[in-house]
Amino acid sequence: MRSSIRLIRIRNLVKKYGNLTAVDDLTLDINENEVFGLLGSNGAGKTTTIHMLATLLKPTSGSATVNGYDIVSQSAKVRASIGIVFQAPSSDDILTGYENLHLHSMLYSVPRNARRQRIDEVLELVGLTERKHDQVKTYSGGMRRRLEIARGLLHKPKVMFLDEPTLGLDPTSRETMWKYVKRLVEEEKVTIILTTHYMEEADVLCNRIGIIDKGKIVALDTPAALKAGLGGDIIRIKTRTPDAGKMVAQFDFVRKVEQSDGFLVLSVKDAKKALPVLLQNIEAESAEFASPTLNDVFIQITGRNIKEQAEGGFMERYAKYD
Amino acid sequence: MQSTISVEDHLTKIYALWLREFKVFMREKSRLIASTFTPILWLFVIGSGLGAANPSTVPGVDYQQFIFPGIVAMSIIFSSVFFGSYIIWDRKFDFLKSVMVAPVSRGSVFVGKTLGGMTTSLIQAAILLAIGAAIGIPFTPLSLVQVVAVILLMSFGLTSLGLALGSYMYSLEGFQMIVSFVVFPLFFLSGALFPLDNLPGWLGVLTAADPATYGVDAMRHAMLGEGSNSIEFDAAILVGYTAALGAFGIFSFKRMKAV
Repeated sequence: MRSSIRLIRIRNLVKKYGNLTAVDDLTLDINENEVFGLLGSNGAGKTTTIHMLATLLKPTSGSATVNGYDIVSQSAKVRASIGIVFQAPSSDDILTGYENLHLHSMLYSVPRNARRQRIDEVLELVGLTERKHDQVKTYSGGMRRRLEIARGLLHKPKVMFLDEPTLGLDPTSRETMWKYVKRLVEEEKVTIILTTHYMEEADVLCNRIGIIDKGKIVALDTPAALKAGLGGDIIRIKTRTPDAGKMVAQFDFVRKVEQSDGFLVLSVKDAKKALPVLLQNIEAESAEFASPTLNDVFIQITGRNIKEQAEGGFMERYAKYD
Repeated sequence: MQSTISVEDHLTKIYALWLREFKVFMREKSRLIASTFTPILWLFVIGSGLGAANPSTVPGVDYQQFIFPGIVAMSIIFSSVFFGSYIIWDRKFDFLKSVMVAPVSRGSVFVGKTLGGMTTSLIQAAILLAIGAAIGIPFTPLSLVQVVAVILLMSFGLTSLGLALGSYMYSLEGFQMIVSFVVFPLFFLSGALFPLDNLPGWLGVLTAADPATYGVDAMRHAMLGEGSNSIEFDAAILVGYTAALGAFGIFSFKRMKAV
């Protein structure tokens, strides 16, 4: 059992838009120094949850505290405790990167004599030092997103919210972004809550994941445990050995055997160790194995593939313009 | 001690928001040129064109000079109310959200934004005042102080009005309506282009309800020594309107939705 401080405490949180329940009775604790991923398809209620925790939206019912402060009655203290990167960049693109940070350092009451140093620190952290005196309108999408991260860090917040930090970025910028998020965890010791609908992103960055579907948390664990929950790796072997099925079933590590069209499909705990043993005992024409991904977990739990969802879900849009 | 720190903190945040407006304004030169050009066009085309028929009732003052205070008021009305559209831009580009998630009170957000709008109005008015001196408006130190005071009151009140209306709107197209239903009536009913005496009854009532009327009249007093009301009366009404519009602005910002 980890002994950590509970930084965010969510109890029975509900947000309704008319008949639509965007967030449905959400109860969740997030501990200090976690990188917590809220994983779900568009419209699952991720952004609505973040907006409520960041005091931008009032819950319909239920309660939550961030850094010990109530999100409704102590909203100013909550806002001073958090940094946030929105889905769409929100800096003023007529100003330079430095000017945007200077503006926000004043809004976040960073002491006058510490401003310059802190701005330089966060610019360095996100790799924008060289471009700090350029207008933001000359930045690429990835750079803008990194500037937002720098801005969120100015006041050394306890919690950092990243709402779909790589949405709309190309694969290279996405991986660069991951690098900076990891650096954030190491150098700034900030607790991170990120939302994403990219399985790989959640897997790479998060040490705990909550899968959210239709406003409810439907699974909550480490990425490894979620995947292990599916019953291990799958091995497919093409073989002409008669009775191969019976033979491999004798091994302890084989959990399940199925046979179809000359293929043996085995469920094992660890394919990398099992495969050499199996290949010594049966004559195989071909062999392949796969480890379950978070996508498999998602399909298993929600019955849907996350990628089938259209970009920009209705509920998220609705939440934005209501 | 606690409260001194807090006041300084509020002022820093207001300054930060004002500074952003000022920098953006200085970088968008086209805004200044476009919005100063229209009043100058009015002053010279309408002023000279209608001036040829000389409808001025003030002896010794030509029509161009007569409408000059009205044209200054026009510049303030247009730029101040129109500044409200920038709150819609801020919302569109999510900048507003980034400010609302910061530990800044809505009151400070409103004041910072309003001071930004006032600054742009003041710069335009200053350019017009220089032109006024060139067309023979006899400024004295006292009249300049009076005119600047009126400009400050009007621009504060009308920027508040524009921002308050903008805070309820989500599209720039919607804000265009404000121009038709607020800006033009404010201008045309203010007596900027005609004397208020001897108006038909219905028009008299409408002009009396227009806050800009008192700004135009006060400036006409200060610049030309001629007006329909006493300058003290104009000032009192103007202060009342300004306070009410400022309160409306703060109220609107406090109930403005963040997302």
